[in-house]
Amino acid sequence: MSIDGVGIWLYAVTAAESAGGVVDGLSGVAGEKIRLVAGDGLAAIVGTVPLREFGEEPLRRHLEDLDWLATKARAHDAVISAVARSAAVVPVTMATVYLDDERVRAVLAARHREFLAALDRVTGRDELGVKAYADPSTLESRDQPFQQKSGERRSGTAYLMKRKRELSSRERAYRVAAAEAERLHAALLKHAVDGKRKPASDPSLSGRDSWTVLNGTYLVAKSAEGDFRKAVAGLQETTAGIELEITGPWPPYSFAGDVMNE
Amino acid sequence: MTLSDDNLSPVPRGYGGAVSSPQSTNLGDILERVLDKGLVIAGDIRVNLLDIELITIKLRLIIASLETAKEVGIDWWEHDPWLAGNSSKLEIENERLRARIEELEAGDGERRALKSQRVEPEDVD
Repeated sequence: MSIDGVGIWLYAVTAAESAGGVVDGLSGVAGEKIRLVAGDGLAAIVGTVPLREFGEEPLRRHLEDLDWLATKARAHDAVISAVARSAAVVPVTMATVYLDDERVRAVLAARHREFLAALDRVTGRDELGVKAYADPSTLESRDQPFQQKSGERRSGTAYLMKRKRELSSRERAYRVAAAEAERLHAALLKHAVDGKRKPASDPSLSGRDSWTVLNGTYLVAKSAEGDFRKAVAGLQETTAGIELEITGPWPPYSFAGDVMNE
Repeated sequence: MTLSDDNLSPVPRGYGGAVSSPQSTNLGDILERVLDKGLVIAGDIRVNLLDIELITIKLRLIIASLETAKEVGIDWWEHDPWLAGNSSKLEIENERLRARIEELEAGDGERRALKSQRVEPEDVD
């Protein structure tokens, strides 16, 4: 591949019949015009990108650059989100690049059944993220308020006893938070088609100091989205010491790949 | 515990936040979806995302939720001898030290120390 060449960046796949007009006016990760590559009743949402920036070696280098990564991740998501507003989509992982349209059509043909199954799974559904943040000090004091016992302040033993109490109250807070996360996840699953717990992302990205006790994401019928949000609000009211946050609706990133593993 | 109305509004908002307000959506939320999720298909240009040091080390799975806390080694409470119910190791350690002190005070330790010094050169070889 030439360094001056171009590649085809794949954003998502949708059904050809619902693809009409969905990419009009959209631009992608390289500022390129978003277009469709149709084949086998499917339509790939793609953009033509320069290989000097998106070729194998530059891409690998750029992915290590958080600013570049952030900009391109947002652009990738923006295209998929825009399409998802009017059509069911199977989002494709960022940085999936082909050499030409023919190669994209070949993938649509080769994985035709899988794409259809994935589309079937996500049609009429959205992904909603729910995170639960716990303030350790609130949880520690919740079940057993800390009490300084008189008469054990000065000695080394007193110090150790105090330290032991502090550590075990932290441990207790962990246990309370873990149990609450289980309860919240189970309650949310009742309002969703499916749900998953994910590891929390780096606190430096979330901008919070508190523990992320739940990083859940849920596949919710569009018609049930209001109910889901009400359920979250209801859980918030009955859960002390834990703050809930909803994100989305997202395109079904976390659920589109499931059928490939079955 | 404070929540903006926006967060819990029963009225669905626009997709992804990235469209309506490009910078407001938490970067971590986006990255964990566009990099870690989504359909994985082999492209012609192969960049194995798992090989990207920044992503794997700094962005993904760093401080885990409680569910995975133990997998990434945040299980200090199991090893902290001061924690309730786990003082036996400490007691054993104390007993061992007490016995050692008695041994030294009885004069036995001095002979052992001399003996071990003589043995040392052989160990090096």
